[in-house]
Amino acid sequence: MSKGGRLAVVLVAFLAVAGLVVYGVAQLLVPGVPGGVVNFTDTQAAGQPVHLTVQTVGSIGFGAHPTWVSYLVKNPHTGKWDHDTSWELPANTVIDMTVDQYDSGSPLRNQEWGQVQGTIGDHAMLNGKSFQVYDSYTGNGVGHTFAVPALNLSVPMVGVAGNPCAVAPCHFNSPHNVEKFSFKTPGPGSYNWQCFVPCALGYLFGNGGAMSTQNYMGGELEVVAS
Amino acid sequence: MSNENSQGEEINHFRRIVYIWIALSVVCDLLFWFLVGPHVPPGRMTSSAQGDQLDFNILFVIGLPVLIGVSEWLVYAAFNWNAKKKDTPESVGGPRAWGNKRVEVSWIIVTSVVVVCLAGFGIIELVALQGAGGGEGPNPIWYPHGAIQAETAALAGTGTWSPNSNDVLPVQVIAQQWKFTYRYPTFGGFESSELILPDDTAIAFNVTSLDVIHSFWAYQLEVKADANPLENNVAFTRTQQLGNFVVRCSELCGLWHGAMFNYGTVVSQAAFEKWATTTEAANAANTKNLAPFAWTYVPDANGAAGGYYPDGNVTPYSPTEIYGSKQPS
Repeated sequence: MSKGGRLAVVLVAFLAVAGLVVYGVAQLLVPGVPGGVVNFTDTQAAGQPVHLTVQTVGSIGFGAHPTWVSYLVKNPHTGKWDHDTSWELPANTVIDMTVDQYDSGSPLRNQEWGQVQGTIGDHAMLNGKSFQVYDSYTGNGVGHTFAVPALNLSVPMVGVAGNPCAVAPCHFNSPHNVEKFSFKTPGPGSYNWQCFVPCALGYLFGNGGAMSTQNYMGGELEVVAS
Repeated sequence: MSNENSQGEEINHFRRIVYIWIALSVVCDLLFWFLVGPHVPPGRMTSSAQGDQLDFNILFVIGLPVLIGVSEWLVYAAFNWNAKKKDTPESVGGPRAWGNKRVEVSWIIVTSVVVVCLAGFGIIELVALQGAGGGEGPNPIWYPHGAIQAETAALAGTGTWSPNSNDVLPVQVIAQQWKFTYRYPTFGGFESSELILPDDTAIAFNVTSLDVIHSFWAYQLEVKADANPLENNVAFTRTQQLGNFVVRCSELCGLWHGAMFNYGTVVSQAAFEKWATTTEAANAANTKNLAPFAWTYVPDANGAAGGYYPDGNVTPYSPTEIYGSKQPS
């Protein structure tokens, strides 16, 4: 083989190995398979509040991890529930958020997350009643939080009794709590949101599984210029 | 290390190199010390930050002459002892340098003195700055005056702090996936997502975690302490400048580790007192639901509701204690 041929073989082999390494590292860095991005930027007139509706379910009931807890979002274009936790939102816009909470709860590991923080008015509505603090040692406890750490936004999702809904999306007839609150998006950027309740059943301290995999109990707010 | 020039005069290369080296070193060190030194990170927001800046500057001022000396030697040798020159003298690194006891002893003495002095300086800085902003574990060896009293009172719920009191302010840093929160035991033990500190005040950071290992790193404060579950890692510093700083987690802690950061502020003592009392009142309804203040908290492997988070008997945590229980003595 000529010198050039040998050089080409070495180069191709090197690129193949390097490609495999990069692919492997990328797979490690991106746990789970991120879903799509649900676009909320074109659902209303500029400057008007965006309506964002999600539901929390105790078990998703389908896919690779049917027993995992998860959020679903109502697609503003189709009206269907999507299993996507990345949402594109307009910047500097009020987001009117509705959460249908179908999951059970327990006392919070850190009761700090029982306090509504970062919403407009620092309060939220639970089944039509305003509240600022929820004592998770009462009632059915708190199942999850919807929190955007970079915005200091956190709202406790009050639990329901048992887990009456086993397959998502849950029907409105199933027992659930409805929570509403509003917050304002900041300037353009990517802001992660997450749950602060270690709610991954079956994982050590509830921190693995759905808590540590994209598209279940966390996602991104992709805030773009409006 | 000498040879004759074209006029037959003897050239002492070593002496020439030393003179150039001294001149360059003095000039560069002075320029660095006065022009660059005051701007070297992490700045001077706290005593530990200023101490670390001093350490970095000292190291640089000592290291710079070494860099200059080596570089000068290389350049000098390249110009004066290259093989293209006629009557090339023996290089100074050649056989004549072997067994030169004066050079060898001098080198050993100089380098030893530098290393020993730097070690001594480092120890003095570590002690004088009460740990230099690093986590000292639950029983710090070095602490500022009044720290033990303040920490003891904080745990008992009797701690006080007011402007100009010169009291140490205990602040608890609670790490959890994936955010730091802060408790202020001298203000009713309220918990906040904001880290606000008073200026000109000794701060006792008590760092712990509710889940995995995190690390509290406030770079501009030059405070860094690992946050371990069931451990109270104490770090001290003293604020001395107003301004904002960044807090980051410096221990890979899971999916959103990269997003685990927030900003803190050093404000005037009066502004801090106003913020603390206002927040204490605003959070009162939630503070009464918080776990009683303790240095560490027990994340119940079984879940506070019982059996929710299976532990599989593989954890050191108690299966019966719940979050908020004080540690057994």
